[in-house]
Amino acid sequence: MNAMSTQSSFAAALWQPGLGVPAGLRVTAGINPAQRFAIHRNNIVVALVDALAADFRVTQALVGEDFFRAMARERVRTDPPRSPIISEYGAGFADFIAACHSAAPVPYLADVARLEYLRTQAYHAADADPLDVSHFHTLLATPERIAGTRLALHPACAWLSSRYAVHSIWAAHQGLADISDARLGAIDLDKAECVLVTRPQSDVCVDPLPSGATDLLDRLRTGMPLGALHMDHRRQASTVSLETLLVLLIQHQLVVALDSTPE
Amino acid sequence: MQAMHAMRMNPPSPSPHGVSRARLGTGLPARAGAGFKPQHLQDWMEDANAPAFFEVHAENYMGAGGPPHAWLTRMREQRPMSLHGVGLSIGTEEPLDRNHLDRLAYLVDRYQPDAVSEHLAWSTHGDHFLNDLLPLTYDTRTLDRVCTHIEQVQTRLRRPILIENPSIYFEFEASTFSEQDFIRQVVERSGCGLLLDVNNVYVSCRNNQRDPLAYLDCLPLHAVGEIHLAGHAEQVDEDGNLVLIDNHGAAVTDAVWALYARVLLRTGPIPTLIEWDSDVPAYAVLSSEAHAADLNLDALQNVHDGIAA
Repeated sequence: MNAMSTQSSFAAALWQPGLGVPAGLRVTAGINPAQRFAIHRNNIVVALVDALAADFRVTQALVGEDFFRAMARERVRTDPPRSPIISEYGAGFADFIAACHSAAPVPYLADVARLEYLRTQAYHAADADPLDVSHFHTLLATPERIAGTRLALHPACAWLSSRYAVHSIWAAHQGLADISDARLGAIDLDKAECVLVTRPQSDVCVDPLPSGATDLLDRLRTGMPLGALHMDHRRQASTVSLETLLVLLIQHQLVVALDSTPE
Repeated sequence: MQAMHAMRMNPPSPSPHGVSRARLGTGLPARAGAGFKPQHLQDWMEDANAPAFFEVHAENYMGAGGPPHAWLTRMREQRPMSLHGVGLSIGTEEPLDRNHLDRLAYLVDRYQPDAVSEHLAWSTHGDHFLNDLLPLTYDTRTLDRVCTHIEQVQTRLRRPILIENPSIYFEFEASTFSEQDFIRQVVERSGCGLLLDVNNVYVSCRNNQRDPLAYLDCLPLHAVGEIHLAGHAEQVDEDGNLVLIDNHGAAVTDAVWALYARVLLRTGPIPTLIEWDSDVPAYAVLSSEAHAADLNLDALQNVHDGIAA
């Protein structure tokens, strides 16, 4: 057996228990090599399932630990991590859940997972100082510059628009001594909600957004100047006014730079 | 950061065998340290008698920003730091992941740790990260590859690194070196130091019916720049056979403390880290483990003082 095939066959056997144990393991008399090899199989799966459980606490609470861990094990088996940075392994978990037939009875589960991963991303996002409100005063004092101004948003901010009451569901799981005590009875689960995730200082914040605000934020993030955003907004008869959006941006400290230079 | 680091750095002190710690690429004090967990931040800050240095897993600090970097900055301002990589896959049959090496280099530049270490193991294959420290076949081909990879890391980081001996559950029929001989070759050829994990020595030797003292006899103990101590779990397999699992989830066992004392007699005082990564206890429990390691280091100092007098 050449050296190249050693790690290939070892890796294949780790992921696929049906392949049995790779050849060439040496153990002392009386020991079954399969028992020893199983330690590595177990280490890999348990550590990754634990990592997902730590980052998707509300998702887990919604379906219970047994169901969650079975679903996470399936994710590990079919879509193993591609990076040694385990906090990034949550990327794609929401899509996996959305495609998971056994999770179908909980239709909002994938969007809650999406929200939880946005929180993880916000937590690790680059640091940036939110712009002081005086910069907005300066801008408003020169109205001729407003239309051409583009905003740079904080690297940690993100938003989500869901067909379900994701913010209410997430909020119902906060501040409890035992997260499994959360009750959803008072929530209209089928009410569409938008959510804003920010990290103005060290803590990640989750706040409800007025519906329609996420469209405006999407366009702001592409670098659309405020004037064009205003025109666009009027054309689409958005339910959120530009003024409301600006108040939101200032309130949640979402802007890190104003750029009024012509494109 | 550079100036701060220079002020805090301990001058290299000769060990009883005249080996300078600085030669091994570590500026860690020859005292007990502990693995840093974010939930312990405040306790570390408020404890005048806190462990003398701390260690973090590099991969937990590879995000762009946020609280992890804020904690690390605060800890770094107070204590010597050991940066311990768990994902570089030094033993991989494929080329090293340059992006990952760049991320490690960024952390080294930013925090100027007093020691940088990685494992004698592999953990990536193809596109996949296998999330475990997997064992190597000890033959000349692996030796060439591991040395090439370590040299690549040391060149990129512009400093020697420490390589940790693994905990293993089985060996390979194709191995032509003992683990000890393999490690000695790696140290000689690549110029790296050894991070001697005493718990791993114990776990591996028990699992493979080897004598830990004989194992230590063949190791390049002059190259030890840091020691790890951790707890392990005893597990009985389906056939009723005992196996020790290196889970870093409990207090250091008496047998490992005894082996540690034997190691120190041979090496002299060495920076010693308590690792506790699963079922992480309260800070007080972790720091009392570190103080227990300090007692060993103190006792050793007394022995040497006695000999000198």
